Amino acid sequence: MRAAGRSRTVAVVAAVITALVALAGCGAGTTAGGGSTDGTVTVFAAASLTESFTRIGRDFEAAHPGTTVVLNFAGSAALAAQINQGAPADVFASAATRNMTTVAEAGNADGDPVVFVRNQLVVAVPRGNPQGVAGLADLARPGVKVALCAEQVPCGVAARTALDAASVALTPVTLEQDVRGALSKVRLGEVDAAIVYRTDALAATADVTAVEFPESARAVNDYPIVALRDAPNPDGARAFVAYVRSERGRAVLTGAGFQAP
Amino acid sequence: MTRTHGGRLRRRGPGVPVALLLPAVLGLVFLVLPLVGLVARTPWADLPQRLAAPGVLTALRLSLLSATLATLLCLLLGVPLAWLLARVEFPGRRLVRALVTVPLVLPPVVGGVALLLVFGRRGLLGGWLDATFGITLPFTTAGVVLAEAFVAMPFLVIAVEGALRGADGRYEEAAATLGAGRWTTFTHVTLPLVAPGLAAGAVLCWARALGEFGATITFAGNYPGRTQTMPLAVYLALETDVQAAVVLSLVLLTVSVAILAGLRDRWITSP
Repeated sequence: MRAAGRSRTVAVVAAVITALVALAGCGAGTTAGGGSTDGTVTVFAAASLTESFTRIGRDFEAAHPGTTVVLNFAGSAALAAQINQGAPADVFASAATRNMTTVAEAGNADGDPVVFVRNQLVVAVPRGNPQGVAGLADLARPGVKVALCAEQVPCGVAARTALDAASVALTPVTLEQDVRGALSKVRLGEVDAAIVYRTDALAATADVTAVEFPESARAVNDYPIVALRDAPNPDGARAFVAYVRSERGRAVLTGAGFQAP
Repeated sequence: MTRTHGGRLRRRGPGVPVALLLPAVLGLVFLVLPLVGLVARTPWADLPQRLAAPGVLTALRLSLLSATLATLLCLLLGVPLAWLLARVEFPGRRLVRALVTVPLVLPPVVGGVALLLVFGRRGLLGGWLDATFGITLPFTTAGVVLAEAFVAMPFLVIAVEGALRGADGRYEEAAATLGAGRWTTFTHVTLPLVAPGLAAGAVLCWARALGEFGATITFAGNYPGRTQTMPLAVYLALETDVQAAVVLSLVLLTVSVAILAGLRDRWITSP
């Protein structure tokens, strides 16, 4: 009787925590209901992994019946801060090594983070490429409005590296706070081009065309993943990391435009 | 028994029951504690050095400028709107009043999207502005002013409308009887009558414009010196340097509190 009451309390507490975690991540997660606490794997993943990890999460649930994957997508820096403030997460997948280092240095990583994919830059232009952008040099042409990511976020650092490698000096009209912000300015037609990740451009093929450029090879972004030390579900955490790195996980990621490390 | 009861009532004084006092104090703590947290975490030692960083002053200057311009725009358009709502009976007035206050409850980012769809390069009016006059509003300081005015104007309209409704209409009637025209009555009688409410509304409007983030970053983008206001600078600083974000936040808090506290008395005496 008492044990039953206690387990109910635990279930309620777990439900509340799960809800809070989902809320903390601005609710982008897919909170499938049901399943015991043991079967829940909470994954904090970079916003650019939204489409691929949603798919991998479903595949993982199918491969592990009774398991529920709770996904929390946000900017890597925000996720790292949430983890270091004690958010109950099992896995962290970051879009930049810098934010992973923050988590590892705070002693919150279980083992060494592994780079599981890489992302390259492309120039996203409105569908059909009306301005005829063929490479980075075209972005510096007068009259071409360009959106870049701010250099405080990883895509901004990568864009700066690529532009420097191509010796192109351009003045963007805006420095967006994340890659999706830059991309949406292209989708809305407010700018003529934006330097974004290939995966983000591919996820928006209805509105934008991706123009590849050689200098992107100099500005490749590594995505590390790790199971977390205080994971409420350590076994689930390890299993999920292994699944992401498995043949099937990798197939989903390369299908979205990521490159194998 | 009766005496004790009466004595207790007297000791408690009029109107401070514990049932109200406790939640009131909790409410106060809830509102003030985050501000205390900000002050407590401020790196006072290298504060001057951080404040002198070039980006900070640029963002602060732009914030003050754009919030002031937005307030002027709101005064120009909002006061007549408030007058219309308070003094003129017309069909659909309740609906108009509801529409005017929508930006109050609308998430600012939605406001930014809406502004883009109207004033953006491919927007309803923006396309025409671009083709005819070569004016594009996104990514310009004018765009920031527009975004701030959109979210802040309801504060002004509500305050001024309230003041107008509370003002004694007989002065206006008297002025009209004495031969004053409608415009003279408005400028010489109505406006002075509602001056405190107008000031309160303008201050609220200015403070709201100063803190605007969502509509600005969505509609005007983020570029240092042109569209990067303090809230945008705070958000981006948080990505790399929490201390810098705290310092920027403290500056914004200080400016806001100073302005609000400075005009508190006028506010309270507003009708």
